[in-house]
Amino acid sequence: MGAQKKRAAAAAAAARVSEDPDDLARQPLQAILLADSFTTKFRPITLERPKVLLPLVNVPMINYTLAWLEAAGVAEVFVFCCAHSKQVIDYLENSEWFSQPNFTVKTIESHNIISAGDALRLIYEQNVIHGDFVLISGDTVSNMSLTQALQEHKERKKKDNNAVMTMIIKKSKPSPITRQSRLGTDELFMAIDPNTKQLLYYEDKADHSKGTICLDKMLLAENPSISLHNDKQDCYIDICSPEVLSLFTDNFDYQHLRRHFVKGLLLDDIMGYKIFTHEIHSSYAARIDNYRSYDIVSKDIIQRWTYPYVPDVKFCGNRATKLERRGMYRALEIEQSRSAQVGSFTVIGYGTKIGSNSKISDSVIGEGCTIGSNVLIEGSYIWDNVIIEDGCELRHVIVCDGVIMKAGAVLKPGVVLSFKVVIGERFVVPAYSKVSLLQQPTVHDSDEELEYADNSSGTVEFSSIQGTADQSNGEMTSESSEAHKPKLGTGGVGYIWSICEGGQEEEWRHSVAPIPEDKLTELSEAMDDDQELVTQDRTALSTSGELISDSNASEGDDNEDSKDDSVYFEKEVEATFLRAVEENVKVDHVILEVNSLRLSYNMTSADCAGAVFYSMMKLAIKTPHSSAIGLLTLYPSPFSMVASNAYPIYLSGELQQNTANIITTWQKLLKSYLLEIDEEIEIILKFEEMCLESAKEFSPLFARILHILYDKDILQEDAILRWADEKEGADESDKVFVRQSEKFIQWLREASEEED
Amino acid sequence: MDFQVVVLAGGTSKKLVPLVSKEVPKALLPVANRPVLSYVLEQLELSNIKDLIVVVEGADAALCVGGWISAAYVDRLHVEVATVPEDVGTAGALRAIAHHLTAKDVLVVSGDLVSDVPPGAVTAAHRRHDAVVTAMICSVPVSGLSEAGSSGAKDKTKKPGRYNIIGMDPTKQFLLHIATGAELEKDTRIRKSILRAVGQMDIRADLMDAHMYAFNRSVLQEVLDQKDKFQSLKQDVLPYLVRSQLKSEILINGAPQGQQAKENGNDKVSYRILANASTPSFHELYALGPNGSAPVRRTHKCCVYIASNSKYCVRLNSIQAFMDINRDVIGEANHLSGYNFSAQNNIIHPSAELGSKTTVGPHCMLGEGSQMGDKCSVKRSVIGRHCRIGSNVKVVNSVVMNHVTIGDGCSIQGSVICSNAQLQERVALKDCQVLSLSTSVFLSLSSNEYL
Repeated sequence: MGAQKKRAAAAAAAARVSEDPDDLARQPLQAILLADSFTTKFRPITLERPKVLLPLVNVPMINYTLAWLEAAGVAEVFVFCCAHSKQVIDYLENSEWFSQPNFTVKTIESHNIISAGDALRLIYEQNVIHGDFVLISGDTVSNMSLTQALQEHKERKKKDNNAVMTMIIKKSKPSPITRQSRLGTDELFMAIDPNTKQLLYYEDKADHSKGTICLDKMLLAENPSISLHNDKQDCYIDICSPEVLSLFTDNFDYQHLRRHFVKGLLLDDIMGYKIFTHEIHSSYAARIDNYRSYDIVSKDIIQRWTYPYVPDVKFCGNRATKLERRGMYRALEIEQSRSAQVGSFTVIGYGTKIGSNSKISDSVIGEGCTIGSNVLIEGSYIWDNVIIEDGCELRHVIVCDGVIMKAGAVLKPGVVLSFKVVIGERFVVPAYSKVSLLQQPTVHDSDEELEYADNSSGTVEFSSIQGTADQSNGEMTSESSEAHKPKLGTGGVGYIWSICEGGQEEEWRHSVAPIPEDKLTELSEAMDDDQELVTQDRTALSTSGELISDSNASEGDDNEDSKDDSVYFEKEVEATFLRAVEENVKVDHVILEVNSLRLSYNMTSADCAGAVFYSMMKLAIKTPHSSAIGLLTLYPSPFSMVASNAYPIYLSGELQQNTANIITTWQKLLKSYLLEIDEEIEIILKFEEMCLESAKEFSPLFARILHILYDKDILQEDAILRWADEKEGADESDKVFVRQSEKFIQWLREASEEED
Repeated sequence: MDFQVVVLAGGTSKKLVPLVSKEVPKALLPVANRPVLSYVLEQLELSNIKDLIVVVEGADAALCVGGWISAAYVDRLHVEVATVPEDVGTAGALRAIAHHLTAKDVLVVSGDLVSDVPPGAVTAAHRRHDAVVTAMICSVPVSGLSEAGSSGAKDKTKKPGRYNIIGMDPTKQFLLHIATGAELEKDTRIRKSILRAVGQMDIRADLMDAHMYAFNRSVLQEVLDQKDKFQSLKQDVLPYLVRSQLKSEILINGAPQGQQAKENGNDKVSYRILANASTPSFHELYALGPNGSAPVRRTHKCCVYIASNSKYCVRLNSIQAFMDINRDVIGEANHLSGYNFSAQNNIIHPSAELGSKTTVGPHCMLGEGSQMGDKCSVKRSVIGRHCRIGSNVKVVNSVVMNHVTIGDGCSIQGSVICSNAQLQERVALKDCQVLSLSTSVFLSLSSNEYL
């Protein structure tokens, strides 16, 4: 009794999450359904209707998600609406979802939200989530049972409070040729601990140029065994602990669920939050992310992989449909001509009329459509109230509500016709084009980063357009039809959206049309080349005798980078210095500028000293020689001098004088980088290098300039002696300048001995 | 069986100084009073492999090893001893003896491997997949003392070392990635192309390459010929073959290709049956063109044979490993030693003499003709032949080789004492190696010094 009381008290105290398993079980399961994908992949259709309300085999997508949530035992669903929220809410209010006995659907509306992260932050503020919840977007079709995944999640959570999320994954091997999954999503690389199923690495949006996956060495140090997967598909169904919401609030820059949140948690080792995976084997789960997945999931539904969510089972106000043989579904009151052929895996909606000699296969036809005679429809999705006149041909296309296709029009594969478009007689719409009554938004920077912003502008813009469109629909259509008559043939209405640059290449990836054969061959050849490159690199390196591994190779790249860096750095310093000389900038300011360069290029002060010295010497060469102007015209540029010996003696005297002047003027700048003897040696080495390569004029003057530097206290004798010592063992060719300055060095040695 | 066996016995390994010397090359280091090479040879003999080539680095070492083999295996094995120059590396050694190799496949075994994994299993796995290379992989040995000795507690806290990072396919038959040496310290990079082909790769950091490889002979020779800078099988040849398995460069020129095609034609059916493969391996799938047409890409297979955890498999390549192996062979892996253990779980040669009140504990070995004084105590140690040990001597967790003289009252813990050493009275040694050659020790030493 006492214990029970205590428990009750504890539960009351910790109203949010309770550790007690009984309480957890009693806690009704909640779900957050995002009725906005925050992407623009379904444009132009989504400009007029929210994605979740698009019909998938004649049923709006959101119904599949809600029906599954209900069946999976979720008690309360918060539908988060953003774009076209009014349409979503209206639809839900008129549907049966608001009147289910053990299943509550509540809507949360917001207009200024541009990402999933913002949505979750808003939900957190509303304080409606009290326990574990399912996070899902409204375009997911699944029939999996949540029981086991939920059980695992709770048990993990009990043991380790940091296990905040369980991701549902499913086996699906992407095609090695197109590098995308069957659903048209990018290939995904994951590392999972085979024993605990913890997610250790997640890489989608893979950078194809990078041929390797880099696993941190700590990862392997902590886990002796890791499974690396390329054959799994993320179902975008997540079981989350309430902490997830607060994490989104804490990290206000998290926008995308996967790219920011998951990666953020995986990289962050301070908080130690963990994500786990649950693999489903026999049940179905897929998210409709693009047109290709729309096509694939539709086919899966028709082929009954998603049972019980199939057309002939009433799960949410879908009309009665009868399953006939060869996967043909027919609703009631269909008028079909005797000579019309309806092939396998086809769905025909209520009240549709099909004329004579038409052929339909592997397609979905919506309600109230009128299809003329001699029409060919293959692998296409025709929504409601579409009129297709005689002799049209449609292959692998999506045709939205209210479209009219005049006689003889042809849609090439991959075409998407948005609402109420009219295609003129015998007009051929080119492959992969998207046609809409609305003009293409002018904002084109659909960069990944800007996608959200872009999207928001899209929705705002849309609502305004819709406002006017509702008022003056007829006007607008007539206007546009006049303006764009030639584009869609006689009597055509609508705009063909231009595909943004670079997009054309990738259009085939996400289209409803199957990938053309020639594309596949092209890609597989490209893949071969890739491979070749990789191995060629390898062998080229390995034959050079070194032990080359991937990491070594990359190290080589790094070295190259740093080499480039140092060249740039040198140039920048030189430019800065020359400007300083021209504009007479104070030495202190130059020091500041060089320091900032040093920080941005991550260089040492020895590098700075070298670079500054280099620029000074260059300046000395460029400074016109007062007494030798006449000669300079003979030698237009001192750089054209081939052999240093040819340089006239009197000119070198000039040069020496110039150098001395410059050194005197700028010695403060140089000295500020000469903190230790190493930097001084660096200067000597640099000087030597210059004399050999870039500024041979100096080579006869080496010893004298060395002396100047010594006199000006820029170089200490220690540095010079150490340099001489270092060169002792070098090749003869390296010793030229030591030889030249032998006397000076000798003198220095004697001087220091005397001092002793 | 069309297999040739090459045992790479090494020479005088630098890692094992001071234990090895000109007289005692690595292959002849005693493990439970038997040269370490004998363990490999016996395993091969058990697998019914009697023709083998033993490759020794350096002429002196070769002489020693050859002498020992001809004495020990005169009528049991047909052994050819080949000498190669020192420091040519394992790949160099094979290059040097290439003209001896004629069989279709070559099994290369390191001479310092103490293991009870049957070599036949490796060759069978190799044949089953028609691989170009099959590597034997075993779990990383637990280093240090298993029993709480003097330094046991310290060793136990140490994590097992990492020798390799190995990537395999989910069926654990194919080798997809291997990292050795310095690469371990860096982040692991896995090629996406191979991951795409396989779908799933299991990466293990707790396994190591045991240095027993089965190679396709023609492939091996081609690689050795073309990549003349390759020095080591483990660090150059194997990683190269693994890396290039989906874009094979071998078998392209010369006879092997035709030969390969012919073989494939003849034996394809039998391979299929052997591989029990109604589903083709990812290599074959990858090799196919986009429409499943005739193979357009050239691939080769790198396989692994994973020794089960119950098998013993350690390489004698460090002083610590030398101690560990000696301890294990008379301890938990005593079936390897080939001796019969007494009821006390130890081996005392009948000719050994023990003084009064001297105890020899379990997991100990006392060689032929050794004498011990009174009140001595030996625990978990190996004592060689003809040693003379005084009274009141304690030997714990140590290896004492042959002809060693130990004075009264000495205490030896965790140390190795090489042949012919002499210890004066009351010497205390802890974690030391004492070199041979009549060195007289009369100091107390501790921790990792050697003389």
